[in-house]
Amino acid sequence: MAKAAVVVFPGSNCDRDCKTAIERSTGAKVEMVWHQETALPAGLDLVVLPGGFSYGDYLRSGAMAAQSPVMREVAAAAEKGLAVVGICNGFQILAEAGMLPGALMRNKALKYVCKAVGLDVVNAQTRFTAGYAGRREATMTVGNGDGNYFADEATLERLEGEGQVVFRYKDNPNGSARDIAGVINIRGNVLGMMPHPDRAFEPELGSADGAILFQSALASA
Amino acid sequence: MRAKVEVFLKPGVLDVQGKAIEGALHGLGFGDVSGVRVGKTIEFDLMAHDRAAAEAEVRSMCERLLANTVIEGYRVEVA
Repeated sequence: MAKAAVVVFPGSNCDRDCKTAIERSTGAKVEMVWHQETALPAGLDLVVLPGGFSYGDYLRSGAMAAQSPVMREVAAAAEKGLAVVGICNGFQILAEAGMLPGALMRNKALKYVCKAVGLDVVNAQTRFTAGYAGRREATMTVGNGDGNYFADEATLERLEGEGQVVFRYKDNPNGSARDIAGVINIRGNVLGMMPHPDRAFEPELGSADGAILFQSALASA
Repeated sequence: MRAKVEVFLKPGVLDVQGKAIEGALHGLGFGDVSGVRVGKTIEFDLMAHDRAAAEAEVRSMCERLLANTVIEGYRVEVA
């Protein structure tokens, strides 16, 4: 049986949503891992860093959580090839930890944006997005105040060239550079995205498109 | 020793808070204001005898936590 872990930081608020979303979309066993842990559970196929407001967004969103003990383990496991997804605050944490390029800045309109967004699946050949290959688009919700993706021009060019831009907004809600909603590392095992697949895993939620992401991530497990 | 760190967005990185404040100042009649940038100041005590070593340590703190050097620059003062 596939096995995933959801990391719980102080201030995470989508941790249980992620657990439910993964369980219902894939049937995988999901363990919750506290941020002070110095080891990850054995036999993991996926680690999810959930959305929320870790450490109250103090200093910068994700900055404090990126320094927590469990993140050393997540980084080490990612080095060995483990699949890691950071959603919303989880994306901010991955960027702050240096596991993904770029940074998430204050939204251009200085407003917290919470709504459903249409996404283009720019790269459907990743281990997280293979299930979108036939459709190349998805609908999920965003909910963020610091979702404005920034990287310098050289980095953006490199990301585009290497296929590391995975999701793009159809209608940019926060000023993100090149409408970027999600990026993956060069190795292809660490994905960060601002939209929430964990809030779009059943039709009753308005969209079930997020389930495809978890199913893809655990397809080979 | 007392360390003072100023963190600010790099030139060229859009400072949306600065823009909003600039607009508000203009609205108050301060029309000659331009180029508003918002940063933060972080101050703390540091046990150190050597000023150069202390400054190097604070710079290391900036690189690792206090600033995100993708988007932010910093200035360090140790006295």
